[in-house]
Amino acid sequence: MTAALETFDLCKTFGALKVVDRVSLRLPQGARHALIGPNGAGKTTLVQLLSGVLRADSGRILLAGADITTSSQQRRVKQGLVRTFQVTNLFRGLSVLENVFLAVSERQGASRQMFAAAGRRRDLIERAEAIIEQLGLAGDRHRRISEIAYGQQRLVEIAVALSLDPKVLLLDEPAAGIPSRETSLLLDAVERLPPDIAILMIEHDMHVVRRFAREVSVLVGGRILMTGLPHEVMSSQEVHSVYLGQAGQKRFTAGVPHV
Amino acid sequence: MPFFCGHHLMDALLSSLSFVTLYGLSYGVVLFTISIGLVVTMGLMRVINMAHGAFAALGGYVAVSLMNAYSVPFAIAVPVAVIAVALFGVVIERLFYAHIYTASELDQVLLTVGLAYVAVAGLNLAFGPNVFPGQLPRLLTANVDIGIRTFQVYRLFLIAVGLLLVLVLWYVFDRTSFGARLRAAVDNRTMAQAIGIDVPKLFSLVFSVGCGLAALGGAIGYAILPLEPLYPFKYLVLVLIVVSLTGFGNIKPSVWVAIFVGVIDTACRLLFPSAGAFIIYAILIGLIIHKHAGFLSRRSSS
Amino acid sequence: MTARSELLERHSYNPIEALYWLLLIGTFFAFPNYLSIATTVVIMALFALSLDLVLGFAGIVTLGHAAYFGIGAYTAALLASGGWREPIIDAVLAGLASAGLALMIGPALLLLDGLPLIMVTMAVSAILFEAANKASWLTGGDDGLRDFSFLPVFGLFPWSVYGQTSYLYALGWLALLFVLVRRVVSSPFGVALQGIRENRARMRLIGSPVIGHLVRAYTLSAFMAGIAGAVHAQTNKFVSLEVLGIDTSVDVVVMLVLGGIGRLYGALIGAPIYILVKHFAAEWNPYHWMFIIGALLIVAVRFGYGGLLGILGRIEAWFARARGTRKP
Repeated sequence: MTAALETFDLCKTFGALKVVDRVSLRLPQGARHALIGPNGAGKTTLVQLLSGVLRADSGRILLAGADITTSSQQRRVKQGLVRTFQVTNLFRGLSVLENVFLAVSERQGASRQMFAAAGRRRDLIERAEAIIEQLGLAGDRHRRISEIAYGQQRLVEIAVALSLDPKVLLLDEPAAGIPSRETSLLLDAVERLPPDIAILMIEHDMHVVRRFAREVSVLVGGRILMTGLPHEVMSSQEVHSVYLGQAGQKRFTAGVPHV
Repeated sequence: MPFFCGHHLMDALLSSLSFVTLYGLSYGVVLFTISIGLVVTMGLMRVINMAHGAFAALGGYVAVSLMNAYSVPFAIAVPVAVIAVALFGVVIERLFYAHIYTASELDQVLLTVGLAYVAVAGLNLAFGPNVFPGQLPRLLTANVDIGIRTFQVYRLFLIAVGLLLVLVLWYVFDRTSFGARLRAAVDNRTMAQAIGIDVPKLFSLVFSVGCGLAALGGAIGYAILPLEPLYPFKYLVLVLIVVSLTGFGNIKPSVWVAIFVGVIDTACRLLFPSAGAFIIYAILIGLIIHKHAGFLSRRSSS
Repeated sequence: MTARSELLERHSYNPIEALYWLLLIGTFFAFPNYLSIATTVVIMALFALSLDLVLGFAGIVTLGHAAYFGIGAYTAALLASGGWREPIIDAVLAGLASAGLALMIGPALLLLDGLPLIMVTMAVSAILFEAANKASWLTGGDDGLRDFSFLPVFGLFPWSVYGQTSYLYALGWLALLFVLVRRVVSSPFGVALQGIRENRARMRLIGSPVIGHLVRAYTLSAFMAGIAGAVHAQTNKFVSLEVLGIDTSVDVVVMLVLGGIGRLYGALIGAPIYILVKHFAAEWNPYHWMFIIGALLIVAVRFGYGGLLGILGRIEAWFARARGTRKP
């Protein structure tokens, strides 16, 4: 079966520095894949290559079998590769519902309609409200982004991404900068995402990774050190020594789900 | 039917060429002097200042009225006007500009257009609605033969002032600690603040210098850009075009851009008098779109 | 849950709106001697409304919208001089001429924002002004165009000396295009424009054809500005270079700011305030008038965010709070 997202020997060099070095990943449909790695491992660059912010120097990216290596960001979104942002990037002056509506309307090809009232497009509004409901934001749907908590803004990011009907969803450090109580709400929401979407999560927090991932890849120095089941990766001596070092040992062994 | 022998044609060509060069250069110098203040203040403060021309007008009016009413010599009237306008600039900066540094572009445009309107009304009230006539000192109105044809000393004077100004600016920005702090603040305001530069004070100072430079342009250029109440708007488009072609805070290219604008405009007026000013506008629109949109589309597609 | 989405409710009418239109109709009967200035108000309201579509709703900052007003005015006048004297088709053709230019330059122009955008919009209108000034064989140059006239509206209503026909004709266009703008800003397209205004980069990343949307809004706005210009030419039976001037571009921005940017009635309320104040102040001294506009702009930016409608909104919110209820 064709993978939802597949990369072959992806490379990116900045000057003399190989930031992403022959990275090959395979996400089947419905994958729950986490990408971990220390700072400077090349995670951010890899996300930028996948989402199209940067172009790879060599290698290929296939989305459901179609080559998207040189497609623009917009094109990739249209084809079903959608990302969220590390720092939330939303329409701050608009409400939650309006944010999600914008994405739904764009996805359903309604945004070129100039003469029908948006408020009468019940289909679009209901779809937006269903997604908001799914992420547990129904009570805040009429509040502005600038008025809601950061953790909720993260959820809105995911809601906007979901509205674009992704086949593959890149979650770029979704738990960064939010309090742990809200992290579990966020993970609940992620667990409720449609099972057929392939999700690649870039994350530092091992608690989050343990709870979310069915498969984990470790990126070190731009290369995939290993890919495997979460407990395999986390018990690997190699991963411990190369990636985690002394400080990491503590974080790793402390990785008991605390929910 | 006139017969052009090569010799005459050559002479005519040289004569036009030197005319375009000299008139264009001197015109470009005036534009540069007015624009450079705006390049620096916009670069540092990221504020769109549509009232910049008003400070140039004020400089011109102050200098000329000192000369007309009190027979102050040109050489003293000009620096006095520059200093007076620079001081006035500090007051205006504290009263108005300090409040809009973080406002939207639209608000900045609106407030500064408002200031320009008030300036126009004020100039009319103080000096009347017509062109304010000023005499150049006799020394500058004299003609000098530079071999190909004769020119007013005034044109050469402007070019000399331009050269001097470029040297002074280069020295201040590249060689002094003030220049270093200024460049740091233009590059990264937060960082500059973090390393202990008093940014609000720097803003006031730079704004004042910017106003002073505009005033200098107005005061030495009144024989090219006549003083009238609508002066703040009349030359605004050209000055803003120089700024948007230069980019925020880039001092060095602004010299070339301003002189380019001056020379091209002069050449077009000479060669295609019926086409008027709009050839220069057309070229500039093309260049601006090429520069900015080219950059934007590269950024968005990569 | 009482809160609603204003953005998704733009299509619904508020009964208080009827008051505004009744006032405009009432003017016709109450001030028969002032119909000429009332016509100017209506035309400028239409022009300001066209600007609101780009400036208020799409966030395109332009200081050159007079270009489209002027093209509309000259097109209408030239068509009439050339023998096409039916006013409605004439106005539509004038609007199309303006829209044509917007469609031509929009795709390049709208890649810009900030100062470069403001500059290019100003420069485009400056070019047109210069061109119209030089092409005096076509435009009459400084003297303007005046030897043209129009057939009765719908073939029924001749252009009366006291301007009754002019006023109602202009009002008809305003009402028609107001309904159009209202539909457009309430549509999914209008919501997308709002998104572009809020965060252009993010819109691109949800797959929105940002430049395409902006060009469409800009072209529609130019069409309306062109019609406003045409109605100006038709009702004054005179077109001068002033219609293309930078002052005209600035005036219309000021009207919008005074009324309230990005609100449907901002343009419609700003225009009468501006023109009435100008009318009385300019009789006094045109330069004093510039002082008044300047001061109004400074005050509007420093204290009156959102224009008159914004101030009214805040007063209403204050009363709502004082009553201890949440504003629905």
